[in-house]
Amino acid sequence: MTDDAVRLGVDIGGTFTDVVLEKGSELHSIKVLTTNDAPEEAILDGIAQVCQASGVSPSDISIIIHGTTLATNALIERRGAKTALITTKGFRDVIEMRTESRFEQYDLNLKLPEALIERQHRLVLDERIAATGQVLKELDRAEVGALADQVIEAGYESVAVGLIHSYLNDAHEKLVREVFETKAPDLTLSLSCEVSPQMREYERFNTVCANAYVKPRMKSYLGRLTGRLAEAGATAPVFLMHSGGGIISLDSASEFPVRLVESGPAGGAIFAAHIAGRYGLDRVLSFDMGGTTAKICLIKDQSPKTSRVFEVARTYRFKKGSGMPISVPVIEMVEIGAGGGSLAHVDAMRQIRVGPESAGSEPGPACYQQGGDRPAVTDADLVLGRLDPDNFAGGSIKLSAESSAKAVDAHVGMHLGLDTNGAAFGISEVVDENMANAARVHAVESGEDLSGYTMIAFGGAAPLHAGRLCEKLGMDRMIVPPGAGVGSAIGFLRAPFSFEATRSTIVHLSDFSPPGVKTLLAELREEASAFVRACQPEAKLEFRFRAFVRYVGQGWEIPVDLSAEDAAAPGAELYLSRFEKSYEALFGRIVHGLDVEITSWAVNASTVVPEVEQVTPAEPGEAARATGLRRIFSPAAGVFDEAAIVERADVQTGQTVAGPAVITEQETSVILPDGFQAILQPDGCLDISRSAAQSELAA
Amino acid sequence: MSQSPLAAGAIQGMWSRLISVVEDQAQTLVRTAFSTSVRDAGELSAGVDDQRGKMLAQAVTGTPGHVNAMAESVAHFMREVGLENMYEGDVYITNDPWMGTGHLHDITVVSPSFHRGKLVGYFACTAHVVDIGGRGFGADANSVYEEGLCIPIMKFAERGDVDMGLVKIVRNNVREADQVVGDIYALASCNEIGHRRLVEMLEEFELDDLESIAAFILENSHRATVECIAALPRTTVTNEMTVDGYSDPIRISVRLDIEEDHIRCDFTGTSGIDKKAINVPHVYTMAYACYALKCAIAPEIPNNAASLAPFRISAPEGSILNAKHPAPVALRHVMGHMIPDTVLGALHEILPGTVPAEGAGSLCNFQLSIRPRSDGNAPPDAKRAEVLMFNCGGSGARPTLDGMNATAFPSGVMTMPIEATEHTGPVVIWRKELRPDSGGAGEFRGGLGQYMDIGTLDGYEFDFSAMFDRVKHPAQGREGGLEGGPTRFELDDGMVMRGKGRQAIPPGRKAMLALPGGAGYGDPKKRDPDLIKRDLDGDYVSPETAQRDYGYTSS
Repeated sequence: MTDDAVRLGVDIGGTFTDVVLEKGSELHSIKVLTTNDAPEEAILDGIAQVCQASGVSPSDISIIIHGTTLATNALIERRGAKTALITTKGFRDVIEMRTESRFEQYDLNLKLPEALIERQHRLVLDERIAATGQVLKELDRAEVGALADQVIEAGYESVAVGLIHSYLNDAHEKLVREVFETKAPDLTLSLSCEVSPQMREYERFNTVCANAYVKPRMKSYLGRLTGRLAEAGATAPVFLMHSGGGIISLDSASEFPVRLVESGPAGGAIFAAHIAGRYGLDRVLSFDMGGTTAKICLIKDQSPKTSRVFEVARTYRFKKGSGMPISVPVIEMVEIGAGGGSLAHVDAMRQIRVGPESAGSEPGPACYQQGGDRPAVTDADLVLGRLDPDNFAGGSIKLSAESSAKAVDAHVGMHLGLDTNGAAFGISEVVDENMANAARVHAVESGEDLSGYTMIAFGGAAPLHAGRLCEKLGMDRMIVPPGAGVGSAIGFLRAPFSFEATRSTIVHLSDFSPPGVKTLLAELREEASAFVRACQPEAKLEFRFRAFVRYVGQGWEIPVDLSAEDAAAPGAELYLSRFEKSYEALFGRIVHGLDVEITSWAVNASTVVPEVEQVTPAEPGEAARATGLRRIFSPAAGVFDEAAIVERADVQTGQTVAGPAVITEQETSVILPDGFQAILQPDGCLDISRSAAQSELAA
Repeated sequence: MSQSPLAAGAIQGMWSRLISVVEDQAQTLVRTAFSTSVRDAGELSAGVDDQRGKMLAQAVTGTPGHVNAMAESVAHFMREVGLENMYEGDVYITNDPWMGTGHLHDITVVSPSFHRGKLVGYFACTAHVVDIGGRGFGADANSVYEEGLCIPIMKFAERGDVDMGLVKIVRNNVREADQVVGDIYALASCNEIGHRRLVEMLEEFELDDLESIAAFILENSHRATVECIAALPRTTVTNEMTVDGYSDPIRISVRLDIEEDHIRCDFTGTSGIDKKAINVPHVYTMAYACYALKCAIAPEIPNNAASLAPFRISAPEGSILNAKHPAPVALRHVMGHMIPDTVLGALHEILPGTVPAEGAGSLCNFQLSIRPRSDGNAPPDAKRAEVLMFNCGGSGARPTLDGMNATAFPSGVMTMPIEATEHTGPVVIWRKELRPDSGGAGEFRGGLGQYMDIGTLDGYEFDFSAMFDRVKHPAQGREGGLEGGPTRFELDDGMVMRGKGRQAIPPGRKAMLALPGGAGYGDPKKRDPDLIKRDLDGDYVSPETAQRDYGYTSS
């Protein structure tokens, strides 16, 4: 990449489409409204605007990296292709029976999420493979042929194939494809052994169904997009961001569109990881808080933690189990219903509850005066002095503190006998505690202690709450980068080309065959490389090898990283020591005398990301000029403080701001609690810490 | 309340935090446990008590069966161990069915929590272990002595030192020693995690103990629960349910007296103790009776000592729902799971349009003991295997919704994937899918049960330990809804098997299960024709049944 290369990142979200153009070190961004019927229109509109602002022509763009919620939305809104599932006889209802459990214990009127493919569209073949991989019942080619005729006759647009134990032996699924390809070469087909070759039929079948369901639409959208871009003169290659935080080719994306689910939040995590790189931070908590949800992700050694399964389309208060599982490589994060628009109420126990219900943009929080009369987090923030009513969103929306106070009183204060400030503080504490809890649980599940972590805060509402969150989590430092509103799209520009290949092959350490394991890992490495080479034939690749391991008898595997040497020269003793080290870090103590098994394997291939240029930290200089004073509430002290108001645009590199202060910018404000000090760094980030300010106070 | 408004704001956050402390505690257990029923099915619980032994918070896990048990058991530990004998680093243990959660397979571990040198509370957790010796998990014992090892309330660790004598005794009395001992350690570290999180919380909020927050939680929970009860009419209602039992039918009778600030729930009239292991210790009866009352009356209030206290549960001594030592109790869940539908049935009189029709009730569990063929035709490397499976019938139809197909109620456990189960032994599940026509007809249809066909790989034979009910007593409908499909258990050659007890399956034969459906709610003739059509399209209901029960003929 040369310095004058023009790179474009495009993130289609539910409300806004963000377009970011990078030319050398210049960054231009624009937010336009998403055009749901033809999403490519918003992109073209955004490109035109951002090109104009930066003075480049579309033909100067050298690469376009795209992420989108279209696949996610199609799953949430159930707007996909007419899809059939072909499965093993006796297992027609796997995707409907789920785990046979209720995700909420005390609700007698619980509604379970409906299966993506209705029962009459789930067709069966009389075949069976055993857990050993051996064929218990041969699949009859003539039976497949007859089923294919039935599928063609019924006019299905897409077909998912999920057979029992196909992750061990894919012969039957491949035979289905062979027969369908001769009979209906144009029919879209997805095989579970390719989309998600993992043990556990519910997750695998559901994933292949989701892939099949969104495939025709995504294919057609991506085709239209490249056509329209070419017409507009933007002939640069288009690549897609995937949920695992890397980039894949247009063809791979069309084949495996389910991998595009959650690409926006993945971009946000990559954005935070990049900032972590600039500051040489090895332990980072990325905190992205928007209007409806907050996303929290751990970033160790500058790469986000990844996982193999996640849940989309949760139907019940973001509750675990109320959505559908998708098992593809994904950046692991927690998402909870906590944003600026989250609404507060008081329940039967006089407990304040906040979210997940959100005021959205219509009617919005009470202070927007668009008909909303229930208090949102934004209303509490306004009451507590954190927002400037006359200067919100660059002054484009006038906020009414009076409406906020009224809503807070009526829905919270009156029920609890609290005055307006007390009630607003309660709302703010509960939403902050909800987010802090989510972060703590996420850390515990990862075996991490947050006290040495640095927070990177972005998204419209994050800078208002990040300071308090740091206090709650015992974190002493946070960084608020510029361009925080379009963090995901910037993240796309920082992501490597990558693909993760996975396989479920059970290996007991008591019966370990080094040559077998070596071959397996080499095959996965080759498979992953092929996807990346399709984008970047010449680039140098790096690999990450992982095994998912547990004691025989346990139900949960833990990921164990293997080095390239470990992968090239496998050994039972070696792998055991790797496992025990990870296990001890997570759960405190290892268990002696038990056999250990590896259930799955993953190899990630990615292009080498250019070394991030480290920021030379600015020396703390003089205090930035304050433009005024405002009373803001200090949660730690429980009183209102006089806080300095500083305009972020006026602050020079090296200038400092001491809390309590409000640093205002176009889309949001950074709240600096008492005891915090911010320094503006050369890259425009606000580097904020607690201890520095305290030591200065002491001096 | 005397607190300042700002203190009240802060205490809001602390309550949420305390609940997350116990959720953390429970998650640790799920991730480290060996027992299938804990790690996959979620049969565990975790909670924190204040220094007086009053439960303040409990994790919402897969089983309501531990709801009160946690609230009760810490008091037993305080009495048996004695406060003067408690030290930092102690861990206490028991699996006494009458002190813990109702059968020997559940091990309860309690750890005192010290902060700044002072005892501030207790963490407690319970898990169902893989094996506890004796006959193994099943219905056939004649007394609790045949059901395995009983560990009285004692110290597992004192000041951090584990009692290796106890560990040896456990090792020598159970079938899967490593896993059972592993689970006991997992329980101890789960309490340890809870304790650490609690100390962090007390430090953050600069508290010396839990007193102020305990008062806040208990006062608010009690008041909220009493408000919910006060909204009910002051009256007495009754209900009865008859189920299969082991060899003779069992009657469960309940009477509810709704008072101004509490509900009395009494099971006088219920059948006496059974000879076989389906008896229920009182603590487990309390749990499921409370669960039903809470679902219908106060679903949003978290479980703690104060929110449970207004539900006063009793059953006559010597009845099957208050079985005393040494009655066999291993399968106490089969009867225990029938309690909620019985209690909800009584509430139907005063809360019309709230409670569902009867469902499958009990989980349809079974355990397979698989071994190489005894006639010499076994593969050379064949090994024995024990496979426990959790499966669900259909739940009862609701007043405005169909019942849930193949979904646990009242239990909240999860089933294991077939592909994972088949890796634990040479078992082959040939079929596991919904059972059309098993949901009782009604304006709202009962949830469907399921079919399961179970065999082994070549060269094996197996014993089948059955834990099924509703063979002769299917779920009953409400307001004109029809009954759900009964349980059927046969071999593939048509031989009919018993619903409970261990039975040998000959080599090469398959066990064929038809698990029960939930009952219907309301007159089937009132069912929305669009819903009938949807049921026909998906083959949830056959055309013959649609015509017979709903009078529906497709045009």
